Amino acid sequence: MSSAGFAESSNARTRVSAALFRRPWLRAGLLLSGPLSWFVLIYLAALAILFISSLWSVESFTGNLVHSWTLDNFKTLFEVPAYRTIALRTIGIAAAVTVTDAVLAVPFAFYAARIAPRRLQSALFVAVLIPLWSSYLVRVYVWRLILAKEGVLNWTLGQIGLGSLNIGYSNWAMWIVFSYIWLPFMILPIWSAIERVPDSYIEASADLGARSWRTFRSVLFPLILPGIAAGSIFTFSLTLGDYITPTLVGGAGSDFIGNVVYQNVGVASNVPFAAAFATVPLVVMGIYLLIARRLGAFEAL
Amino acid sequence: MRLARIDWVLAAVLAVMAVAVTACGSSSETSSSASLPTKIGTGEGQLNLVAWEGYTQPQWVKPFEKQSGCVVHAKYAGSSDEMVTLMRQGGGSQYDMVSASGDASLRLIRGGQVAAMNVDLVPEWKNFIPQLQSPTHNTVDGKHYGISLQWGPNTLLYNTKSVQPAPTSWSAIYSPKYKGEVTVPANPIQIADAALYLSKTQPSLGISDPYELTEAQLNAAANLLKQQRPLIKKYWALASDEIELFKNGDAVIGAAWPYQYSTLLADKSPVKQLIPSEGATGWADTWMLAAHAKHPNCAYKWVNWVSSPKVQAQQAISYGETPVNTKACADMEKIEKGSCSLYHANAPAAYFATIKFWKTPVAECGNGQSNCMDYSKWQQKWTEVTG
Repeated sequence: MSSAGFAESSNARTRVSAALFRRPWLRAGLLLSGPLSWFVLIYLAALAILFISSLWSVESFTGNLVHSWTLDNFKTLFEVPAYRTIALRTIGIAAAVTVTDAVLAVPFAFYAARIAPRRLQSALFVAVLIPLWSSYLVRVYVWRLILAKEGVLNWTLGQIGLGSLNIGYSNWAMWIVFSYIWLPFMILPIWSAIERVPDSYIEASADLGARSWRTFRSVLFPLILPGIAAGSIFTFSLTLGDYITPTLVGGAGSDFIGNVVYQNVGVASNVPFAAAFATVPLVVMGIYLLIARRLGAFEAL
Repeated sequence: MRLARIDWVLAAVLAVMAVAVTACGSSSETSSSASLPTKIGTGEGQLNLVAWEGYTQPQWVKPFEKQSGCVVHAKYAGSSDEMVTLMRQGGGSQYDMVSASGDASLRLIRGGQVAAMNVDLVPEWKNFIPQLQSPTHNTVDGKHYGISLQWGPNTLLYNTKSVQPAPTSWSAIYSPKYKGEVTVPANPIQIADAALYLSKTQPSLGISDPYELTEAQLNAAANLLKQQRPLIKKYWALASDEIELFKNGDAVIGAAWPYQYSTLLADKSPVKQLIPSEGATGWADTWMLAAHAKHPNCAYKWVNWVSSPKVQAQQAISYGETPVNTKACADMEKIEKGSCSLYHANAPAAYFATIKFWKTPVAECGNGQSNCMDYSKWQQKWTEVTG
């Protein structure tokens, strides 16, 4: 390239950047257009299509789509008690898993962030992350083998003379497996929240005569609550949307909203009804996010 | 990260939805019908199948691929509903053939997902048992929408160590004796099993055909299944699920296909199967050709292959079902002595009549009335039972 050409192109570049500098809206528009069109096209449009198809119906015998507006799907959803049971079961187990994970994660994160020596800290961090390297399916199948009637759990209990448990293929099994699988997503935000609490706060609390429980309740807990709320968004939403764990380790009457959606799309070919039911977790999650925002979860992320 | 503008996001979502609702019109469906082929051309090199688990064993698929040059890709479906859905996906051209049972075949024909086939291109068809040459579940108005394949009963499977004395009746899966150790298919057609049981144990309900149920009869069957639910360990979706339940001791008794029995037996599990005193429901499967099949020549080659006495015999013994080709008996004896009578390949027509074959429940009852519950009602009831 000749020096004249270089000067020319650098000139043009200067002019473009000057123009952009003078028009901040244009600059912002260009910067945002990529992510924004992605958001609108991939995310909002998909949601819109979901919502539209929930207002369609299918011909009962051939299963072909009928493209005329109807609210029948939502009516079925509210009128058939089985769907209410399934929705409540899904939300209930998601809540139970969230509470379990929070109870397990707080002491662990506290130890890892404040008590453990430096080298152990890194080891613990890796230990939390390593399960995420293996496939979700592998981990669920392993639990299926552990909890089976003639599985590892009952064998161990038998060896130490404690009889046997019959929790394979049940809601208990789902609760255990979900709590195990999503635990890292709860530990990490709480860990970082605890790390951010200055040592001086704890010391000041002790200086003022507070015992450790009082310090935890009045100083530490309010400060890490946003972290717990942030972690709960993960554990709650991930459980809410899952259908693989209920299929693999659930028993009779362990269907989740996701299972009904899957059966209606993949088996019964009733996409409109699946879409209608899929709006339920959307609404639940919307409400949950609003509450989480009140608790300051988004500042903690 | 701060997402204080969540309200704006919500508003945007609602706005997009509103625009989309007003902008979306309706579209029309078209159906096509092609004339029957008169000869089988050269293979297209590929064949995509939707099949029951166990229907595409390497034993007979590998030689077919070698002989025809058609590479077989099979997708297993766990239920008839799933088969219908798979055949409908992607405009119906994703799969070439489906091994549909009688409760799916009519839905596929009425839905326009399958095309008529020329039985003259399948010479072995003439050797089929007469009842399955042109049965009502795959032949409509004289048009053959597929070639019959195999048939058999849904059996009662049990662990001989845990279940004693040996059961003789379906009551074993409805009584609390084996609470928490029972497994039945996750399939709405399971209602027919309950109806069959009720037709024998409660004659006052007046059930004559387990697939033609009035509202009261359907409710009675659903109530029986609701009482059964606390006894169930798991509703199995795939045959392999049930096999694992039996292997790990989680289930000791349940409704099964002969495939699970032969697989467990090969694994040396202590299992037995039987057709209980009330009789059994069963299936008669048909290879059906997709209306928009991309590899029709390979499809015709495939039905000829699986209709041949040798492959019929191989599949019958491997799966534990009955071949439609009456010539298969000799080949079965060659593979396994006594298998011809064991799998009923030489059974009289009376045996065929004892099995209540799966068919799609429709509003028209067989007796001229139209107050029967159609399949969507069955699905709804099934959700109420299992949900």
